[in-house]
Amino acid sequence: MQKYSVFSLIKNAFSNHQNWEVAWKDPTPKSEYDVVIIGGGGHGLATAYYLAKEHNIRNVAIIEKGWIGGGNVGRNTTIIRSNFMYDANARFNEFGMDLWRNLSQELNFNVMFSPRGIINLAHSDAQMNAYARRGNSMRLNGIDAKLLDRDEVKKLIPMADFSDEVRFPIFGGLMQPSAGTARHDAVAWGYARQADDMGVDIIQHCEVTGFDVVNGKIKGIRTSRGDIKAKKVGLCVAGSTNILAEKLNMTLPIETHVLQACVSEPVKPLLDGVVTFGAGHFYISQSDKGEMVMGGDLDGYNSYAQRGNLPTIQHVLTGGLALFPFLSRLKMLRTWGGIMDMSMDGSPIIDKTHIEGLYLNCGWCYGGFKSTPVSGWTFAHTIAQDQVHELNSDLRLNRFSTGHLLDEKGLGTKTWIG
Amino acid sequence: MLYIKCPYCGLRAQKEFSYGGDATVKRPNINEEVSSEDWDNFVYMRKSPRGKHIELWQHIAGCRQWIKVQRDTATHEIFQTAKVTEEIR
Repeated sequence: MQKYSVFSLIKNAFSNHQNWEVAWKDPTPKSEYDVVIIGGGGHGLATAYYLAKEHNIRNVAIIEKGWIGGGNVGRNTTIIRSNFMYDANARFNEFGMDLWRNLSQELNFNVMFSPRGIINLAHSDAQMNAYARRGNSMRLNGIDAKLLDRDEVKKLIPMADFSDEVRFPIFGGLMQPSAGTARHDAVAWGYARQADDMGVDIIQHCEVTGFDVVNGKIKGIRTSRGDIKAKKVGLCVAGSTNILAEKLNMTLPIETHVLQACVSEPVKPLLDGVVTFGAGHFYISQSDKGEMVMGGDLDGYNSYAQRGNLPTIQHVLTGGLALFPFLSRLKMLRTWGGIMDMSMDGSPIIDKTHIEGLYLNCGWCYGGFKSTPVSGWTFAHTIAQDQVHELNSDLRLNRFSTGHLLDEKGLGTKTWIG
Repeated sequence: MLYIKCPYCGLRAQKEFSYGGDATVKRPNINEEVSSEDWDNFVYMRKSPRGKHIELWQHIAGCRQWIKVQRDTATHEIFQTAKVTEEIR
């Protein structure tokens, strides 16, 4: 494989960049694979990469209905963080942070990981207390956390509304300085390029239409491009999880909802980190191009449409304007939607299933992008070793029936709230 | 914007309503022995189909009644609405 570097860039400049190798091939599906990963998003591509790299399983196919990186890995707001309170979520995502820090070097692809920090704002004494508790829990798990008072927040984001008349005054905030953002498309492409180089077949425009299950064991899948035999099959399809589960006669603790995000026109640099509003659901960061990248609530009803409705955007931006009044002067560049696999406790599921050889990776809610590397890493381990890794030992499918929920936000099963 | 026909008030904007989830989920009968599996299915397990979905909405900024809505989850088209006591087929 051609290595990307400043030297290869200069060399290719002499031939007007006409002779770059393709980043990944477009193979026709073979009749049989050791492992088939369904879903060519960030998690699926990362899973295939770690299967090849960490477990030396290279007879692997990724089956993607559309094109790779066209789903949520290309639709998220690129926030990467590990500011979780519960041990299971904290150690899982902090392991992921370590993978992020080295990802550009590892993939020889600049994913532009930028640890610019995240601030969760507090607007009451109670919220400050809750953040102090969460920050302490994070520090016990070795994650950096800083409780900021009002003046410290003002130094970092002076453009926020610090006047006396606001409905939700800023009391302070909890900051994770090591959190940040990355270029989401590059994550998908970087994993795809390396996986392809190690022998993984990336098969695009190929829809899974059914499964061959014999005596409780997976034998293969049926697709729009023919039947494919597989010893093991991993599902990494986020918002489409329930559609495939139905073909397997499985019912899951998952509902699919649409989440919207939006960006403004690009402006000069003014916000260098990620900020979340504590009195409503609104978060914002500024992209390297200068656009203000914003998001918030789900539309709030089951949906497979990768688009939402205007009332939710208006509601989210009302919160945004309360925090950052300058946003009212900006033009909206575009809005879009993605479909979320909302689990019933807000935490993901990476596990085996009752069908031998079938593995499940789902339930990412609106936080899947940050976990892309660690999700792929642990899912590859789970598939290769046929057992969960210590890191995903609490992300089991049966935790709902046994009562071992990971309800980080304490919201219960109404996934469309908050 | 969705427009939902409240069986009591007529056609109203989505903003007047709040969502209540899958209307086909049945709570296990009261005063009867409930298996963990049945309880699990009631509380957590959802079909979440792509296509026609019968769901509960509450006309929270109107008559405050709970209603049933049959809606397509892929296109957001609304086919039918009914009082919560009525059946949608």
